[in-house]
Amino acid sequence: MATTSSKPKPAGGRRGLSALLTTVLVFPAGLWYLVLLVAPLAIVVVFSFGVRAKNGGYDPAFTLDNYIRLLTSPDRLAPFFTSLWMAIAGTIGCLLVGLPLAYFIATRARKRKGLLILLLVIPFWTSFLIRTYSWLIILGKDNLGGLIGTVIGDPNFRILGTPFAVLLGLVYGYLPLMVFPLYVTLERMDRTLVEASKDLGAARWATFRQITLPIALPGLITGSILVFIPMMGEYVIPAILGYGRTFLMGNALVDAFIQTRNWPYGSAMAVGLILVMLVTVSFYVWFVNRGRQGREVSVL
Amino acid sequence: MTSPAIPVAATAKAPRATSGVDHWGGVVEAWLRIHTGLVYAFLYTPVIVVVLFAFNANRLATTWTGFSTEWFGRALGDQVVQAALQNSFSVALPAGILATTFGTMAALGLQRVPRKFRLGFDALTYVSIIVPEVVIALSTLVLFASTFGIINDATGMRLQLGIPTIIAAQMLFDISIVLLLVRARLSGMDRTHVEASYDLYATPWRTFRQITFPQLLPAIVAGFLLSFTFSFDDYVITSFVSGPGSSTLPIFIFGQVKRGVSPETNAVATMMLALTLALLVIGQLALTWGSRKSGGGTTGGMAGMIAEQA
Repeated sequence: MATTSSKPKPAGGRRGLSALLTTVLVFPAGLWYLVLLVAPLAIVVVFSFGVRAKNGGYDPAFTLDNYIRLLTSPDRLAPFFTSLWMAIAGTIGCLLVGLPLAYFIATRARKRKGLLILLLVIPFWTSFLIRTYSWLIILGKDNLGGLIGTVIGDPNFRILGTPFAVLLGLVYGYLPLMVFPLYVTLERMDRTLVEASKDLGAARWATFRQITLPIALPGLITGSILVFIPMMGEYVIPAILGYGRTFLMGNALVDAFIQTRNWPYGSAMAVGLILVMLVTVSFYVWFVNRGRQGREVSVL
Repeated sequence: MTSPAIPVAATAKAPRATSGVDHWGGVVEAWLRIHTGLVYAFLYTPVIVVVLFAFNANRLATTWTGFSTEWFGRALGDQVVQAALQNSFSVALPAGILATTFGTMAALGLQRVPRKFRLGFDALTYVSIIVPEVVIALSTLVLFASTFGIINDATGMRLQLGIPTIIAAQMLFDISIVLLLVRARLSGMDRTHVEASYDLYATPWRTFRQITFPQLLPAIVAGFLLSFTFSFDDYVITSFVSGPGSSTLPIFIFGQVKRGVSPETNAVATMMLALTLALLVIGQLALTWGSRKSGGGTTGGMAGMIAEQA
């Protein structure tokens, strides 16, 4: 794959040298993609049809048992649905928080645009793990969690270990990924359209819905996909803020591969996760684009 | 570039003839402002809390009692932390350097390959970024464990997971990041300088060294800093392909957090935050300086590049 042998044979030594140089340049990265991306994913697909070896791992076989076990048991399917609704809720949360923010930065911040974007990049740049575990302190019973408990008069009130804590962590962790693409599309927006709409007597909400939102759509789709996909596979946030009780796909995968060492079953789940993601994202893109003939929004 | 912002801002303040439909204007403006302020508070509170509690005198990390720097001393004196710190650098430095080299090479090489091949390569780049990290981590673990098992049985060698496997696994994502940044820069590059250089009979190598490379440098620097930081901070991939004795700082922190956050955890976390932020500042300064010198247009330096990339 990482060669240019498909090219017509070079006529002179110079062309040969050029082809060699191209191969040398592309080869290392190509090798990495083949060995550490294509091969592992291919292995997972192959393993998903195998059986668990006696002491854990994989024994060759061709069976659909892993998929059947997965699809016929509501218990085993539960993490899929938990992940799906958490990721959908998290995406909506990011949108509700991120859209006004991106709109403000793009249209109101003027000279402070650069600063506000930098302030978004900084948390995104710093350790995800650290920013996540900090919520253990903030939401803990000595701080916010206890405070809310006192206010509502329930001494047993807890935020940590609940789906809400996980959701908060998801929105918090992935918010910048939603804001960046939204900001980029809104920033390029032709502001005279908004002015024209207002001059024609359209109300703010109508202007927003008919002008701003359609223009922001490409950024909205990119942002939604950028946050939805990692949320579907999130592992660290539910493990820390959910105390492992909100069991997402990421946690189920780690459980299968590391704890029970049932690689074939874990592989079937991984294939399932990727399929669910592909289907959801395709459906979403189709849904947003319906009725927009010829003005389709591309994803990436 | 931002000229439309001026008339808009002006009209937002001026009373409008048709203000019958627009009397909510002030409320909306105020809400946008408050919302933005609250979001930034939301984003920064956790970072501030960790740093603050690293200076807490109390043994319990969750309540504030007084100021102290003792936890930094304890963390730095802790042999487990020292080993983890060393491992983190042993992973992030080679991973960052190798990925930056390979990613830049590939970005240059991809300009010279047939379109079909390039599209295939691009698809793999996106796949490597989009597939959830936990899936990549676990499938890479399975790959390593299976192949090491076969090789060890056949040859009697004792290959096992450790720093080299972490570096190799980290490099996949790092290469993709560098590739995207450098390719974005290449496509935005002014070709006239390169053509002028060839017209003046400069050799390809000299053209690369004097024209192309200086223009690419900001993207290469940003790519390296991003790769290094990602590999330094990563928990998921690292923890699954690490072996005995190759724990990094994030693995140490995760283990501590599972047992309950201690002030020492916060001290280690604060030092990690300081290091990565220092790198961001260096990157920002280097890029601003670089763009002033070469005249290339990277508005917003590193932050701008990252925001545009997403």
